[in-house]
Amino acid sequence: MTTIPIDEPRIEQHSNYLTNGYSVKSWLLTTDHKRIALLYLITITLFFFLGGAFAVLIRLDLMTPAGDLMRDETYNKMFTMHGIIMVFFFLIPAVPAVLGNFLIPLMIGARDLAFPRINLLSWYVFVIGGLFTLASVASGGVDTGWTFYTPYSSTYANTHVVLAALGVFITGFSSILTGLNFIVTVHTMRAPGMTWFRLPLFVWANYATSLIMILGTPVLAVTIVLVAIERIFGVGIFDPKLGGDPLLFQHLFWFYSHPAVYIMILPSMGVISELVTCFSRKRIFGYGFVAVSSLLIAVYGFLVWGHHMFVSGQSVYAGMIFSFLSFFVAIPSAIKVFNWTATLYKGSISYQTPMLYVFGFIGLFAIGGLTGLFLATLAVDVHVHDTYFIVAHFHYIMVGGVVMGYLGGIHFWWPKITGRMYPEGWAKLAALIIFVGFNLTFFPQFLLGYLGMPRRYHVYPEEFQILNVMSSAGASILGVGYLLPLVYLFWSLRWGPAAGPNPWAAAGLEWQTSSPPPTENFEKIPIVTQEAYAYSEGSGFPVSPEADYKEGGSPVVHS
Amino acid sequence: MTAHDEHSISTRTYFLVFTALLVLTGVTVVAAFFNFGHLNDIIALVIAGTKATLVILFFMHVWHASGLTRVFVLSGFAWLALLMAFTFADLFTRWQVEAAG
Repeated sequence: MTTIPIDEPRIEQHSNYLTNGYSVKSWLLTTDHKRIALLYLITITLFFFLGGAFAVLIRLDLMTPAGDLMRDETYNKMFTMHGIIMVFFFLIPAVPAVLGNFLIPLMIGARDLAFPRINLLSWYVFVIGGLFTLASVASGGVDTGWTFYTPYSSTYANTHVVLAALGVFITGFSSILTGLNFIVTVHTMRAPGMTWFRLPLFVWANYATSLIMILGTPVLAVTIVLVAIERIFGVGIFDPKLGGDPLLFQHLFWFYSHPAVYIMILPSMGVISELVTCFSRKRIFGYGFVAVSSLLIAVYGFLVWGHHMFVSGQSVYAGMIFSFLSFFVAIPSAIKVFNWTATLYKGSISYQTPMLYVFGFIGLFAIGGLTGLFLATLAVDVHVHDTYFIVAHFHYIMVGGVVMGYLGGIHFWWPKITGRMYPEGWAKLAALIIFVGFNLTFFPQFLLGYLGMPRRYHVYPEEFQILNVMSSAGASILGVGYLLPLVYLFWSLRWGPAAGPNPWAAAGLEWQTSSPPPTENFEKIPIVTQEAYAYSEGSGFPVSPEADYKEGGSPVVHS
Repeated sequence: MTAHDEHSISTRTYFLVFTALLVLTGVTVVAAFFNFGHLNDIIALVIAGTKATLVILFFMHVWHASGLTRVFVLSGFAWLALLMAFTFADLFTRWQVEAAG
């Protein structure tokens, strides 16, 4: 065995998961969770930029009050396809399917997920679902909005609703398979000594997410089937003319789709918990509260869906109950934000790129979350419902929250995934550009919405033009911010300096193996004796015996 | 589930459950020829629910499964109950809005 000096990290010469086969077949038939994570990374990145292209067209069209760029029908298709692709094919799989797949076995000291072949199947199912949706895009698109509201989607829309909905339906099974795999893995494959309350918070967050995936996604699948049955066979389910109830669709849809917001945000919250401790050199404040708050968010998330239906004709009494319950979701979310902030207190903070994304996440999520409380208030919601206030609110959560966490996580674990460091200066610049671009894009939309501009309209009164131009200008800055990481992360694959096993001196188990990790993750299954955030003086590494890792060729780096 | 658990359901039990499912299917068909008024749906649902329970308990081995597995099975039903409870809470109180308007 060779001992690698600390000051000269280099790519591990021994076999790792990237060098374990170079053929296309070795990738397409892999059951290695790390390779499957990369397959997901490539797939969702393609979808992200496709969904982004639709956003560019939307913002270009909104530069002028007359909607000069495209016809009304085309505009309807643009925001629909932007929403469908971003929600179902990027935001929902982003953190769990990429970072979760790669990291959960490493973080709990396992060699793979519980069902490696089901894991590969989930990717194929995802791709097949994506192809159906792409087919609907290529054949003329769909114009129902990503929410597929009935009776428009089931009776009146003349676009490819069934094809797009089928894509979403199929992709849902990918989500269920991933959730199932994570739950069984966390229950059955933890390394010796990895007790539940030593689990990294990223694992807790993904576990809670998996519960939502398996409990909620089947309802979406059933709902889509019912829309297809009504549309194809004319069976009255949602259409009042046929004896159906259009609000039934909204109940079924939001029973899944509101918790789906937590499928998106919870894993990103898990990422933030890992990053904030590492770059504050402190253990997380209130570990138990942060862990349990993930489960509470997962459960509460199922009790609030009716706040999407306050002005739909839903009973006022149901509206009052849903309004009341919606305020409760703020409690576990606030527990997380306050505990991250308390973790920073008296921490030894360093401003590396992942930490910049942490600050971005906390600030933007706070704005997104607090405006959510405005919307949970019945009377305020009547004023701002279906306006740009809503658009701004959920983009602060989904982009300001989820994407910030995702990018922070990608940067943090990039050295582990590839064995290479990204260029820190460029990465900091990109993080800054994204933060500025994001706020310039979406803050004016709060004002637009409050002033009364409805969402999903591209022709608007002239007095709204200045704010719309500001928003479009912000979107162009945001676009540059998103393209930069694509360029420099690719660059780092060839020219990035070797990272070594633990460039951040992080305490998590995934940093105790080489970078990139070997196919079997650990040369010897670790025995865990400490929690994942042992950043106190003289704590050493959270595994024992330490000598095993030195023998394995991994240098021990301490701050 | 361990190998022991998988073998703990005998072939005889499988055949008994299978027979029970066939009998209940027959009951469903027979019941369809009688009009019980408001009880029609309830009777059909009770028969279907009984059949589903038999399948889950014996064919899906939940009868001998661990406590954790049972919790997950029950949570599925709890979530279905949640969906139905809040949806019907809306449906059954809508008329009062019309009266107020």
